Amino acid sequence: MKIIAEFTKGIIRENPTFVLALGLCPTLAVSVTVVNGIGMGIAATFVLLGSSIIVSLIKNFIPDRVRIPCYIVIIATFVTIAELSMKAYSPVLDRALGIYVPLIVVNCMVLGRAEAFACKNNFGRSFFDGLGMGVGFTLALILISAIREFLGAGQILGHTLIKGFEPVFVFGMPSGALLVIGLLLGFFNVLNNRKK
Amino acid sequence: MENKLLVSLSPHIHKKESVSRIMWAVVLSLIPALISGIIIFGLNALWVTLAGVIAAVLTELTLEVFTKKKITIFDGSAVITGILLAFNLPSNVPLWLPVSGAIFSIAIGKQVFGGIGQNIFNPALVGRVFLMASWPKYMTTFVKPFNYDAVASATPLAALKEGRILENIPYLDLFLGNRAGCIGEVCILALLIGAAYLLIKGYISWHIPVIYIVTTALFTYTFGGKALFGGDWLFQILTGGLILGAFFMATDYVATPLTIRGQVIFGIGCGLLTAIIRLWGGYPEGVSYAILIMNGATPFIDRYTKSRIYGTK
Repeated sequence: MKIIAEFTKGIIRENPTFVLALGLCPTLAVSVTVVNGIGMGIAATFVLLGSSIIVSLIKNFIPDRVRIPCYIVIIATFVTIAELSMKAYSPVLDRALGIYVPLIVVNCMVLGRAEAFACKNNFGRSFFDGLGMGVGFTLALILISAIREFLGAGQILGHTLIKGFEPVFVFGMPSGALLVIGLLLGFFNVLNNRKK
Repeated sequence: MENKLLVSLSPHIHKKESVSRIMWAVVLSLIPALISGIIIFGLNALWVTLAGVIAAVLTELTLEVFTKKKITIFDGSAVITGILLAFNLPSNVPLWLPVSGAIFSIAIGKQVFGGIGQNIFNPALVGRVFLMASWPKYMTTFVKPFNYDAVASATPLAALKEGRILENIPYLDLFLGNRAGCIGEVCILALLIGAAYLLIKGYISWHIPVIYIVTTALFTYTFGGKALFGGDWLFQILTGGLILGAFFMATDYVATPLTIRGQVIFGIGCGLLTAIIRLWGGYPEGVSYAILIMNGATPFIDRYTKSRIYGTK
């Protein structure tokens, strides 16, 4: 029962983007189209899951003083795997995401979960925490990028929905990303406060 | 001086000034410019302005009902935002443009920060910049004055930017508004009538507008021409939205500095930015960006220009 709670908390109650406000830079940068959002979400989930598992397994062998470099090395390993697989199997997506795939290394969400959760919990709980956070991050990215792609380009997944709709260019630009994320953050805060 | 230091005990004479009274006075002061806009660009100008005002008021009402706050649609501030936003648009835009701009102005520019008195930026300019970034095609297509069949034409500043030789519009025409441009910015005479009313009533002080305009004029005079000190400063004052911006938008009570020293800095900053954007920037006109940037700097200006408390160093 508890393990399922570790999984579901990442989706709404402790959503990494909207509640913890972690990993905002890739969110701002790649959420122009839904395809990019899904690609980024899957890559980050893979890295998060891998690093959570490894960190929780070897946490007793890592000296406390050098734990951050150790985490970074573990994370970087998985990022390299993700990046090279993406280059091999979907070069188009790789070109669209550009520098932001290697930058998952310094994504505060991945390091944050390793430091705050995986190094204190056992394998099973870390696994579900990583998975839940990854899914929450992916869903948040899909939500943001769907809003931005629809308003900024008049499309969802490349399909035009309404004929004659004049796209609001600003939502395709970085300022639009800040605007959408800010409003969604406020919206989720209202939701969470109401529950209490 | 002695009178100024005298503070009497209560009872005080109650003055009738209130926020809504001042706001409706500003609305009144904008009427001449609206009339001139209608004369110059035809009834389209009126429809665009009405669309902006109605959308602004309805957005304010909806959001305040939704968030269960005090309804402030009758204090006139949303009406001003709607009018000022419409004044910054060309007259031939489709009506959904002022509507979406006004919704953005009130929702993002004002209510998100907590409504009247809380906004960091001038709401009307937030709306205008949003429209400029979103639908530049509509925002930069202007029509010729007194030509109700909507013949496209460039504004004098845009023509200057593209390096075209000016058709030598006489200064008097610029002053009276016989040029292409936004609805509310073209007729300097009408704007000055409104501004004079506000100045005489004491609702705005002269510091920001005058310093703003003088700084822009000095800077464009110095660097605007082929040689140093050869710029056409009068042309720079009379075109674009400088007069509208300086008197009606850079004097926003909320988003500008409180002290006179701060207002001087604010005015100089606006003037420099406007001139720099006009001379070397990517856009032909820089008034709205200049005022917004200085709005952002206002908290810092306020912090460093606090007035000295009497009796301290």
